[in-house]
Amino acid sequence: MAYEIVLLTTMSIAILFALSLNVITGFCGQVSLGHAAFFGIGAYTAALLTKAGVPLALALLPAAAMAGAVGLLVGMASLRVRHDFLAITTMGVTFLFVGFVRKQDALGGEVGISGIPQAAFGRPGLLLLAIVCTVLFVLVALHIRRSWMGFAFDSIADDEDTARILGIDVKRFKLWAFVIGTAGAGVAGGLYAHHIRFIGPDSFGFVESVTVLAMVIIGGIGSIWGVALAAGLLSVMPLWFQFVDDYKLLLYGLLIFAAMRFAPDGIAGLARRIAARIALWRLPR
Amino acid sequence: MLFLDLTVQGLVQGAIYALIALGLTLVYGLLRILHVAHAALFTLGAYLGVIVTNQTGSFALALAVAMVVVGVIGVGVYRFAYKPLLDQPPLVALIASIGLFIASEEIFRLVFGPYGLSFTDPPLQTQVEILPGIFLSHARLMVVGIAVVFLGLLGWLSASTRTGIAWRATVADPDMARSFGIDVERVRYLNFFIGSALAAAAGVMVALLNNLVEPTMGAVPAYKALAIIVLGGLGSVRGTLVASLALGVIEAFGTIYIGHLLDRDAIAFAFLIIVLMVRPQGILARG
Repeated sequence: MAYEIVLLTTMSIAILFALSLNVITGFCGQVSLGHAAFFGIGAYTAALLTKAGVPLALALLPAAAMAGAVGLLVGMASLRVRHDFLAITTMGVTFLFVGFVRKQDALGGEVGISGIPQAAFGRPGLLLLAIVCTVLFVLVALHIRRSWMGFAFDSIADDEDTARILGIDVKRFKLWAFVIGTAGAGVAGGLYAHHIRFIGPDSFGFVESVTVLAMVIIGGIGSIWGVALAAGLLSVMPLWFQFVDDYKLLLYGLLIFAAMRFAPDGIAGLARRIAARIALWRLPR
Repeated sequence: MLFLDLTVQGLVQGAIYALIALGLTLVYGLLRILHVAHAALFTLGAYLGVIVTNQTGSFALALAVAMVVVGVIGVGVYRFAYKPLLDQPPLVALIASIGLFIASEEIFRLVFGPYGLSFTDPPLQTQVEILPGIFLSHARLMVVGIAVVFLGLLGWLSASTRTGIAWRATVADPDMARSFGIDVERVRYLNFFIGSALAAAAGVMVALLNNLVEPTMGAVPAYKALAIIVLGGLGSVRGTLVASLALGVIEAFGTIYIGHLLDRDAIAFAFLIIVLMVRPQGILARG
């Protein structure tokens, strides 16, 4: 049972993390290669608070606020640079975060923070908390999709200039996308810190940013269910690949490559195409 | 004295960055792909350089072999990885490229071992006094020499040969170039060959400077080179050169003066973000 709980917690946190990026990159079309930085900000904030005695469920709020506040700053950068320039700027954010944390003794420097307290009710409690947060975020994402905000995000992702001409406040919606997405990542980070119970600068680097982006792309950019599925699968894949221990990263890399090569629109796109094929096949001849 | 010393060290580092980033700029200019796997070719070049030098004892031969072999592999990467993805959104090629890069790091580890290789008898280690009080090894001088020679050749190739004209035409407008009878595919193959060969040269030189090649040595250049081509204004060769040298020097000074606040990579990216906020189109953008 303990193993399943760890597995499910890992999946749930990854799903929340990937869905939070999906709001920025999938819904609003702003590529971010630095999402792990916000995950890290949430993790450090929550870890410092719970070590000071705050209960985890309460510590997640400042974690979200902190990540969202920095996300607002990075969102402002997205008003200035676009497309590939934005991708590289956000990549820089990861390196800045890691480089900054490494040199701060208050944040544990190179060594990181260990001995992070357990969540209330131990591992099952953490799992429950993670699932609640993830479900809440899924509901938020579903709501955004159906609201005016989702429509505005869509139009910005599609063609920013046209959206502006149509009178959509592009700046405001971009900033909202960044704040919502990064706050979600902050919560995921806070949960992660209490899942692993040790955090260091290396847990939030560029590789993690890329991994989460890969989850979004492989799931099918913008699709809530596709991204959740891909995040759930990819997050535990290294555990499944244990039997090929030495080759697991090789397989992982090749899998990402193959997914892009043969199904560039991700799981969601693949499902759509199969559904269309079936519909076609069912037509009376 | 420290000032001069740091500047010289920074320029040498900048020359290495330039060799790596140039191939990336060429690919971006032609295909609008952020080619992360470029750094894998850099690592492969370094491995070939060390292995051939250790086997034959000739560093020049090793450099040549590394450049040609890696150049050909670079063409293969284009043919089998990027060409089928050209009509997809650029993000798809970026993720595919990152997947390739992760996989290739693992291949290097499995094939060449996790601990890295070094030269049994590292060549070109003599120190020379280039300015009063400033010493550089032959290897460092050669880095600068190689950068100047190859970049000069590249400049000449693109400015005054038929191939170069075809190349620039394809960068400007592939469809128009094709309708004028330019073999666009051939231009792309050539582009990948030259870019990858330059990365291999950089890899061999870095191997020589550190006297060590490891599976993960491509990681930092992969990200730095992306930062550099963005700083240079994506696709601008001259901008890339300026950005490479500037970044080399800034890092050299930064690690001394603000090293207690940020590490080397963070300094590079702080510089990138500041420049982009002031000039969102990069240092030297075209048009």
